[in-house]
Amino acid sequence: MGKSTIIPFGPQHPVLPEPIHLDLVLEDEKVVEAIPQIGYVHRGLEKLVEKKEWPEMVFVIERVCGICSFGHGWGYCMSVEGNLGVEVPPRAQYLRTIWHELSRIQSHLLWLGLIADAFGFESLFMHSWRLRETAVEIFEDTTGARTTFSVCKVGGLRRDIENEKLAEIVKKLRDKEAELRELTSVFLDDNSVKKRLVGIGALTKEDVIELGAVGPVARASGVSNDVRLDGHGVYNELGFEPCVEEEGDSYARCKVRVREIFQSIDLIERAVAAIPDGDIAIEIKGVHPAGEFLARLEQPRGEAYYYTKGSGEKFLERVRVRTPSNANVPALVKMLQGCDLADVPILTLTIDPCISCVER
Amino acid sequence: MSNLKIGKMIMRSLFGEPATHMYPDVPREWADVTHGHIEIDIDNCCFCGHCARKCLTYAIDVDREAASWTIKRMRCIQCMHCVEVCPKGCLKNLPTYTPPNTEKVVDVFVKPPAS
Amino acid sequence: MNIETHPADALLALAQDTKADGWRLGQVCATTIGDSVEMLYTFEKNNELKSYKFMLNAEAPELQSVTATYPYAFIYENEIHDLFGVKFKNLAVDYEGTFFRIAEKTPWNPSAAKGGEN
Repeated sequence: MGKSTIIPFGPQHPVLPEPIHLDLVLEDEKVVEAIPQIGYVHRGLEKLVEKKEWPEMVFVIERVCGICSFGHGWGYCMSVEGNLGVEVPPRAQYLRTIWHELSRIQSHLLWLGLIADAFGFESLFMHSWRLRETAVEIFEDTTGARTTFSVCKVGGLRRDIENEKLAEIVKKLRDKEAELRELTSVFLDDNSVKKRLVGIGALTKEDVIELGAVGPVARASGVSNDVRLDGHGVYNELGFEPCVEEEGDSYARCKVRVREIFQSIDLIERAVAAIPDGDIAIEIKGVHPAGEFLARLEQPRGEAYYYTKGSGEKFLERVRVRTPSNANVPALVKMLQGCDLADVPILTLTIDPCISCVER
Repeated sequence: MSNLKIGKMIMRSLFGEPATHMYPDVPREWADVTHGHIEIDIDNCCFCGHCARKCLTYAIDVDREAASWTIKRMRCIQCMHCVEVCPKGCLKNLPTYTPPNTEKVVDVFVKPPAS
Repeated sequence: MNIETHPADALLALAQDTKADGWRLGQVCATTIGDSVEMLYTFEKNNELKSYKFMLNAEAPELQSVTATYPYAFIYENEIHDLFGVKFKNLAVDYEGTFFRIAEKTPWNPSAAKGGEN
């Protein structure tokens, strides 16, 4: 047993797109303890609700994070809609589901690129992001923006997608499927990649339950924790089954995300086949949210909560967003205990951290 | 045989077309709906100031006296809320971005006095 | 929404009961309303939600920490301590107000900064 050393990791680090700081207590090459520190990008967006009227607040909530932007907008709208007790037209529900699954595709491909970058496989990173561009281009074509779409509004959507275009979207995704399979097989079968992922940072099912982890982190350890099972949007109609793996290591977390990319393509195809015609929004006039409501949503990174509390005024009293990374930081701390120093960047990435989401 | 799984992909990109464009020589193709920048039909504007009040980032200023409509381009987040709330329908979105700049661009539009 | 309001000293017992029943702590939310801070604890089990609400005095808000039962609550509790000035007793991982780097103390509940700390 050597004496322990403390190595600071972050807030600026090549693998970290966002600032999180970890104090790593090391004994030789092994991490014995990790103390997380966040708080570098707290912007107080939730407080803005006192200055912005509730229909406009959706633009602010969407900008909490660039990658899960659509989900944030949807979650906030769902929460206010629940508060007002209004039903969204079915076509809007289908379109929201389609856009949300597209977000999942682009988010997971972004993550695959980042993890490739973390273990130093630069060309794999480039190819992941090249394929991610397919989803991002579909977004630009349908919503007008690449990341923050401003397309959700309380009561429905601002923009429709014509049925021909929907068929085109499915075709575009199916065209890329072969290439996606080729790309993901590098993650799942290549020896050099497997050496960096298999058996690293394993969490047991009990660990995950004890640490309250959500999303792909939980599903990789055999916990079928997925809010899509409670049927928000049209997931019940589409026949959704969560992707669950048992091993609980970094490789399993990668596998869950890879499987979810293809599952999302299937879900989009099924949604496009079943989408009804009709309105995409209902008009809400003259009422203000007066109760409180808690909505839940499965983001690409896991379960997110959206809480709104109104007092019958045009400004809400409180909006709270509990994002998935918030719940996954304790899991990260547990994973880091006992790992090698060289695996810290990869483990930090396997929870797909979104620190701006944690602080808002 | 699971070493260098990426080999085929690399070969394809080595001998195939590049995935990127030679920007700015080859101009970017925008979708029709791309949130690029806001354009105003100033002759139609009634200077009600609705867009300025609804703007989330306070990027728009409307001066009724001077008949001017001002937008701080660098503050605008292209949420298109002003386009939606304009009662005269004189604001619209054009699918091209404003060029990058080292200064904060402010565009002023003044309505010529009716003759 | 399934919300029950309870007195603040019932929190620990309730948390232990929900934990024993297999519920997971979903989120903790604080809201400043007039001269009180409203705490909302949400628990999840099999995609069902239930919430407990506790009202605290805004000038000197104090509550038992649930980190002994739900260790991962430390993130929420430190966040609420920094933003709302709620003091958590027996907090397992206490950042002592340095979790968020913010210019003002307890910005979302200004009365706690006046009445409490010094």
